[in-house]
Amino acid sequence: MATTTASQLTRSRVRDAWLYLLPMLIVLAAVAGYPLLMTIYYGFTDATLSTAFNWDFDWVGLDNYIEYVDFGDGTGEYYGLLFDPTWINAVWNTIKFTVISVSLETVLGMAVALTLHAHFRGRGLLRTAILIPWAIPTIVSAKMWAWMLHDQFGIINDILMGLGVISSPIAWTASPDTALAAVIIVDVWKTTPFMALLILAGLQMLPGDIYEAAKVDGVHPVKVFFRVTLPLVRPALMVAVIFRALDSLRIFDLIYVLTPNNAQTRSMSVFAQENLFQFDKFYYGSAASTFLFLVIAMLVISFIKFGRLRLGD
Amino acid sequence: MADVQLRGVVKRFGNATVIHGVDLDIRDREFCVFVGPSGCGKSTLLRLVAGLEDITDGDLMIDGRRVNDLPPARRGIAMVFQSYALYPHMTTRENMEFGLQLAKTDRSTIRQLVDKAAAILQIEPLLDRKPRDMSGGQRQRVAIGRAIVRNPKVFLFDEPLSNLDAKLRVQMRLELAKLHRDLNATMIYVTHDQVEAMTMADKIVVLRSGFVEQVGSPLELYHKPRNLFVAGFIGSPAMNFINSSVIDIEGETATVALLGGAHMQVRVVKPVKKGDRVTLGIRPEHLSLNSGPGSQVAGRVIVTERLGGATYHYVQCGVDMLMVLSEGGSPIREGDDVTVWIDPKMVHIFDENEQAVGLGTHYDA
Repeated sequence: MATTTASQLTRSRVRDAWLYLLPMLIVLAAVAGYPLLMTIYYGFTDATLSTAFNWDFDWVGLDNYIEYVDFGDGTGEYYGLLFDPTWINAVWNTIKFTVISVSLETVLGMAVALTLHAHFRGRGLLRTAILIPWAIPTIVSAKMWAWMLHDQFGIINDILMGLGVISSPIAWTASPDTALAAVIIVDVWKTTPFMALLILAGLQMLPGDIYEAAKVDGVHPVKVFFRVTLPLVRPALMVAVIFRALDSLRIFDLIYVLTPNNAQTRSMSVFAQENLFQFDKFYYGSAASTFLFLVIAMLVISFIKFGRLRLGD
Repeated sequence: MADVQLRGVVKRFGNATVIHGVDLDIRDREFCVFVGPSGCGKSTLLRLVAGLEDITDGDLMIDGRRVNDLPPARRGIAMVFQSYALYPHMTTRENMEFGLQLAKTDRSTIRQLVDKAAAILQIEPLLDRKPRDMSGGQRQRVAIGRAIVRNPKVFLFDEPLSNLDAKLRVQMRLELAKLHRDLNATMIYVTHDQVEAMTMADKIVVLRSGFVEQVGSPLELYHKPRNLFVAGFIGSPAMNFINSSVIDIEGETATVALLGGAHMQVRVVKPVKKGDRVTLGIRPEHLSLNSGPGSQVAGRVIVTERLGGATYHYVQCGVDMLMVLSEGGSPIREGDDVTVWIDPKMVHIFDENEQAVGLGTHYDA
């Protein structure tokens, strides 16, 4: 009798739980599941913007990713995303951007977090102030930086020339040598606060007494940082790095506004957007988006696996 | 091994003074316990000795040297924290080694020191475990081990047993007492538990609101509390207090009023006047029920707590509730009307300022 009641109770609880979840599952399926599946599907077709939504397109298999075109004279060539130099360039740009900017953000974010973790007057105000770059919409801050980096009217050139660092103005966002650096600078400026906040949250979880123990033991603060703080804050740091890496692998808005049509800064997302909506290659953009999804998924999975292994020791 | 001296030590946080000029001599190899209710400043005082807080005023001497301005690591102290403060990602061995690695000690010496400390504390099987895989008592031992390997002149303990369960606390109490004997070191120990203070200390410092109320050996404090606070704080169960007044005074003998018109002659050692309000203090173990020496007051047993080996009777006598300690098999039950016998040889007398002004002849020895 007792077990029947218990299992009935469990069953009704499970049923209720599903009932409560249902509205959100439906919404998620509509706004996330359906577009994702459709994007993957379009990637295997020849759909264009005009044909995609009236189902007037054909299945082409893997052709968008890899296709051997026989020229009929015994020669031939591979086409498709995997052999598209523009795409490969975009992949490398994205990875370069991600590695450099996330590394810089991690180091700077850690420095900021350690500073904010200390007790001093006005800490609350500073904590709020430091979040401002992150709170500004990317479009706004990108435009702002575009003006600051402007080759003729920009304040950056003005300052650097005034200091005598450079002799003539630099077209920061247009020059192939500086475009990626400009994007990285702005991204680091914008997202370091986010990194700092996540790391600060991690730091605040650490027990305070071990630092007093280290003080009594006379352990040098630098050693305490590398041997105590860093290992203990690593789980929070890993989460922060994954968050940021995910974000920067999908970088679009900043590049789109700051350095449009620049081969040095074209990211995977920019590539996909261009093909989807500007070149009317809906099928190709879809394939690129799907590929981007795979790249991100694989990187994150390996990062988490790698991170777990390191966490366990 | 060293003696510790505090001379007019004051600590202020902003405008709040939390330690009001403490003078204290802790002799070499002494086990000194700071005891008091929470917020009395005992932990702050310990942290001042450790160097985790700056001394606002006064001098702190360790081994005859003024150490006010020395960082903790150079004071020759080691500290055991209430929450153990072990590095969670390090094994027992690494925890014990961590503070030594930069002290220009070579690796084989470090190993020997750690092994020796582990042997003393019987934690050899735990050397490769991390704190999360150990019980509270084991972590406590590791924390003590970490202090031992530093070979300090003075050990500082900040409520080290308060996170352990009652049984383990008793066991660790014994081991700490033994450790003190074996290491022959000066130890300063902070606790809110007067039983820990009584059982382990050579010298007890009773603190209240940043003032030292009394310093003395456990039995000195038990027999001759200087004021009402110490009398109430030291001893378990706590001393009974009866509000009274002086009816008559003749030389050293005062006649004081008891409930129900009874009175009792007690000895005073400091001047009191006829009509002064006083407080009589008498410990539960010095009261007896229905027969005994001294004067008697009538009352009714409200609650009886039977511990097996002893019985606590709570007796309502007019406005006062008296606790009486009886033998385990006491036949008296809740609701019984009884007479409580108060032996004048055993009482303490406190004046209106809560200072001790008299005590029974029992305490003369």
